[in-house]
Amino acid sequence: MKSFDLIRPATVQEAIAAWEPGASWLGGGTNLVDLMKTGALEPGKLIDLGRLAVLRDVETLPDGSMRIGALVSNADLADNPEILRRYPMVSEALLSGASGQLRNMATVAGNLMQRTRCAYFQDPYAACNRRAPGTGCDAREGENANLAVLGWSDACIATNPSDFCVPLSALDAVVEVAGPSGEREIAIGDFHLLPGDTPERETALQPGELIVALRLPAASSGFAANARYLKVRERTSFAFAIASCAAALRMEGGRIAEARFALGALAAKPWRVSEAEALLAGQAPDAALFERAANAALAGATASGDNAWKIELGRRTAARALAMAAAGTPQRMPALPASVFAAQAGEPAHV
Amino acid sequence: MPHSITLTVNGRAHEVHLDDPRVTLLDLLRERLALAGTKKGCDRGQCGACTVLVNGRRANSCLMLAATLDGCEITTIEGLSEGGDLHPVQTAFIENDAFQCGYCTPGQIMSAVGLIAEGRAGDDPERIREGMSGNLCRCAAYHGITLAVQEATRRMAKDEMEDAA
Ligand SMILES: Cc1cc2nc3c(=O)[nH]c(=O)nc-3n(C[C@H](O)[C@H](O)[C@H](O)COP(=O)(O)OP(=O)(O)OC[C@H]3O[C@@H](n4cnc5c(N)ncnc54)[C@H](O)[C@@H]3O)c2cc1C
Ligand code: SF4
Ligand code: FES
Ligand code: FES
Repeated sequence: MKSFDLIRPATVQEAIAAWEPGASWLGGGTNLVDLMKTGALEPGKLIDLGRLAVLRDVETLPDGSMRIGALVSNADLADNPEILRRYPMVSEALLSGASGQLRNMATVAGNLMQRTRCAYFQDPYAACNRRAPGTGCDAREGENANLAVLGWSDACIATNPSDFCVPLSALDAVVEVAGPSGEREIAIGDFHLLPGDTPERETALQPGELIVALRLPAASSGFAANARYLKVRERTSFAFAIASCAAALRMEGGRIAEARFALGALAAKPWRVSEAEALLAGQAPDAALFERAANAALAGATASGDNAWKIELGRRTAARALAMAAAGTPQRMPALPASVFAAQAGEPAHV
Repeated sequence: MPHSITLTVNGRAHEVHLDDPRVTLLDLLRERLALAGTKKGCDRGQCGACTVLVNGRRANSCLMLAATLDGCEITTIEGLSEGGDLHPVQTAFIENDAFQCGYCTPGQIMSAVGLIAEGRAGDDPERIREGMSGNLCRCAAYHGITLAVQEATRRMAKDEMEDAA
């Protein structure tokens, strides 16, 4: 690992003033320190945010929205009673990610900012336009079975690995940032960028900007009774998604008044299609309807390598997540959060 | 850039002078404080062998930079027993055949202590398996590990009730 300067500012102002080109914010370190060990990232300066206690609060604002400080741990957020009650699929997604130890360390801002798991991105000796612009993309002719089927470009076919960001997208979260030129807000849908010709530009953050909080709108808690996260992975627990879906329905008199769903692990950002959601509005829930909506969400999907199978998997994941949401949010967090092996609607799981 | 930190490890305060900011908590424990009970498996957060408690919560010491831990309380496998008495989780691991080579065991035990404190799993085996999924065991002692965590959870709850009474 290349050495670096480490500073530990006591205030947000100090942290922002300390930023310089080549510096990185350090949250829990579970992604950044890992990538520094492989040599993929070599920041000259780490600005540890650990002392910024003001960024550790979770509060309900007067307008009913919830504001989550950037440094709240993934574990604490998942267990927060108000999050469980009002935005249960946020908890389910968090609990399906990483491990108990990592969730204690990982911050919510770090989760939003985590880098792709593409193996060539992590390997400093591989060609990777995202890590080193203009060097090419070793994934195109290499291991690409789990890479993107939506929104990819010739320059980069990587996916965003976050579970947390998928329900955030469905629930219209807002990211609050602060930087040298003041504070601003970014809608979650505009936060992660598709690769295009500039895959090295991953988010809408400008150099020197820091995430200070996330907000979940009050209206999004209207989905709490019918909201699920489903995550398909290669082992039952402690594995990244190969396809996932956060699905939420607002039911009125047996019909879907409003629907939201977002797909994870299929593109460089959580994938939401408003036409697919609109198909569900006003309808009675049934399997054929969910299949139609899932097809609409995957419209335009194409293989970027050995991964055409992910298109059908994405459709089935979305349709199943919608059916799980329609069956109702379980009273208690399932023993296996977001798992395909968890019992559905009182039926034993078919394994 | 040198960093001076104070760490309490297993109840004992240490003044540590770090000449290098790259030192992880894991390397500090093993290489500089002579506490080699905490193991290094992957060094990347993927195996759980390095699990310790930081301020009472389980964490992967391989991904923590020691210089960021000024003022923290660390508990390692060496700090679990009291006097000559093993911690209930240690006893349960022995009684339930919850290891073979033993390499993952300190991490498994620290993770189990953390999980029990979280109160997330109770004695439900499915929830225990999920809660312990950050700890891999190459010898696949998983069945015994689940039984041990179940038994320790019950024993600790019972001890707590008796202490209260
Ligand atoms: C073995 C393993 C398994 C995992 N499994 C999953 C999984 O299944 N699902 C999942 O979603 N994630 C998973 N993760 C990823 C994990 O959730 C992320 O690493 C974690 O959320 C990152 O948070 P952090 O605080 O540790 O970030 P750090 O590592 O500290 O930082 C990550 C990035 O965010 C930036 N950053 C940090 N804080 C801020 C801020 N306030 N403002 C702006 N930028 C900031 C850093 O500069 C860095 O670029 C896994 C990680 C590991 C190691
Ligand atoms: S897919 Fe993207 S991240 Fe992976 S090697 Fe290609 S450019 Fe890099
Ligand atoms: S050594 Fe830390 S998780 Fe493997
Ligand atoms: S007992 Fe050998 S690795 Fe777990």
